[in-house]
Amino acid sequence: MKIAVLVKEVPATDKVKMDEKTGTMIRSEMESELNPLDMYAIEEAVRVKEKIGNTHVIAISMGPPQAINSIREAIPMGCDYGYLMSDKYFAGADTLATAYTLSAAIRKLGKFDLIFSGERATDGETGQVGPSVATQLGMPVVTYVSKVEKISDGIVRVCRSVEGGKETVEVELPALLSVVKEINEPRIPNLSGKIASKSKEIPLLTAKDIKVSSDKVGLSGSPTRVVKVFYPKLSRDGKILKVKNVESAVNELIKFMKERGVI
Amino acid sequence: MLPNECKGIWTIGEVRNGEINPVSYELLAWGRKLADKLEIELSSIILGNGIKEELTELFHFGADVVYAVDHAKLEHFLPDVHARIYEALVKEYKPEIIIASATTYGRTVMPILAAKLGTGLTADCTELDVDVRERILLQTRPAIGGNVMATIKTPAHRPQMSTVRPRAKKPLTIDNSRNGKIILKSYPPEFYKSKYRWISFEKDESVASPIQESDVIVAGGKGMKDGGNFKMLYDLAKKLNGAVGASRAAVDMGWIPYSHQVGLSGKTLSPRFYMAVGISGAVQHIAGMSSSEVVVAINKDPDAAIFKVSDFGIVGDALEILPVLIKKLSNEVNENG
Repeated sequence: MKIAVLVKEVPATDKVKMDEKTGTMIRSEMESELNPLDMYAIEEAVRVKEKIGNTHVIAISMGPPQAINSIREAIPMGCDYGYLMSDKYFAGADTLATAYTLSAAIRKLGKFDLIFSGERATDGETGQVGPSVATQLGMPVVTYVSKVEKISDGIVRVCRSVEGGKETVEVELPALLSVVKEINEPRIPNLSGKIASKSKEIPLLTAKDIKVSSDKVGLSGSPTRVVKVFYPKLSRDGKILKVKNVESAVNELIKFMKERGVI
Repeated sequence: MLPNECKGIWTIGEVRNGEINPVSYELLAWGRKLADKLEIELSSIILGNGIKEELTELFHFGADVVYAVDHAKLEHFLPDVHARIYEALVKEYKPEIIIASATTYGRTVMPILAAKLGTGLTADCTELDVDVRERILLQTRPAIGGNVMATIKTPAHRPQMSTVRPRAKKPLTIDNSRNGKIILKSYPPEFYKSKYRWISFEKDESVASPIQESDVIVAGGKGMKDGGNFKMLYDLAKKLNGAVGASRAAVDMGWIPYSHQVGLSGKTLSPRFYMAVGISGAVQHIAGMSSSEVVVAINKDPDAAIFKVSDFGIVGDALEILPVLIKKLSNEVNENG
């Protein structure tokens, strides 16, 4: 089997700088890491490989050249190879253009039986790229996958975590599975794996390499535009009571809840 | 599709277990405001099995037109079938705006549809408006854990598509006198061919309603001290007709399943009332709840960050306060009959 995992590099800290003019994130100044929710996708892909054998897992990402570091984090978790789509033409891509680029990369890299993605990235938080990649490749997608039950005869059976419960569905391969955090416990890579990953060759592919025209990728291939960016005021300056007497504090709370129509 | 050939606002209704889900009515509240500004029709699109009886409700909540497809194969969510039907409807009737709820359904079917149509899609919006002169939808959404808000538009492609956060808007007041036009569509058998096979659904009995769709959330963190104490939160949630949420710390301790986690790596919510109990308020948690309408916090530490984003706070031991609160609320309910 051949499995792809879509990964993304995201800002590591909770403070993110944004270029107010262009509305795009300034990434160069800050530390980055592999999207934490992608680790569950990598782990699940590697578990499938370990279970059925004779399988390769390939991590694929799009981003600036330094995003290679997130692939270097993915390799010691059990991925066999990694590829980074990186080109100045890819910059400023929205989810449709990103998915277009990734789907072109996947086509270029061969026939895959399964593709895994995380539920969403912790920066953009859209969760749209996985379903869009699958659609642009003409394959089905199963979202919110919390368990891969079995893979046999070209069909995968999975559980989905949806509102109010768990849904079990089967889907024909090739398919893309976007997985949620509860699916597994990602392994911690060992030191020798990390060291080996540092010298692993991770090819950078450009628009030319994956045969996409520059008007369909990056900002020019993106239907959406950021109009403005602003920083919301999160603080509420609420009334904070120090408890001297539990009864009276609770009375105040109930009074507040009544005022606000909660009860 | 080009801007000048498209007209009207569509909302993607949701059917669960044969019933129209209330998010469908919330969407009409979002759409009504925009449709009135643009002076165009507001439609609700409903796919399901045995749904015809309920369709007039959609008019009472603001729809002018209902496009419905009623077919046995639409009993369960087969993404390829749903997306294929939406695509055919869009190509035939050419709406300029499509809004769906950011539920697991909306967040699955909308990116598939947007990819098929080659248009823009903005996820999990908390505010929608229109530039009336340009006829452009202005979609505002939080990103990077709510630290940043971005307003996004789709200038040249149609339809303009968004998912909006469930519970961020109330349905309009029901108006039984409103009426409208139902357009029942049917499609040939090949539309119902699917690469998916639905097997089963297992209800999670621990939740009355999923936290993404609750108006009231009572969430617990490390300050709850152990999983057994969460029973108090369930009791409290029951009294308030709400659901129980949790911080990542509580989930990591195994006190409550991941499906209850609120925050950057859990659910992002906008309920009307959020009570954080024994949650200090890590940035990642605040990212998941800061857009709630009313926030109350109970925490031992007066410097806990959660108090900064609260409308009302009590500095004290949650385990002492909760039993008293539950008891007093029981009395309230009894007094009110």
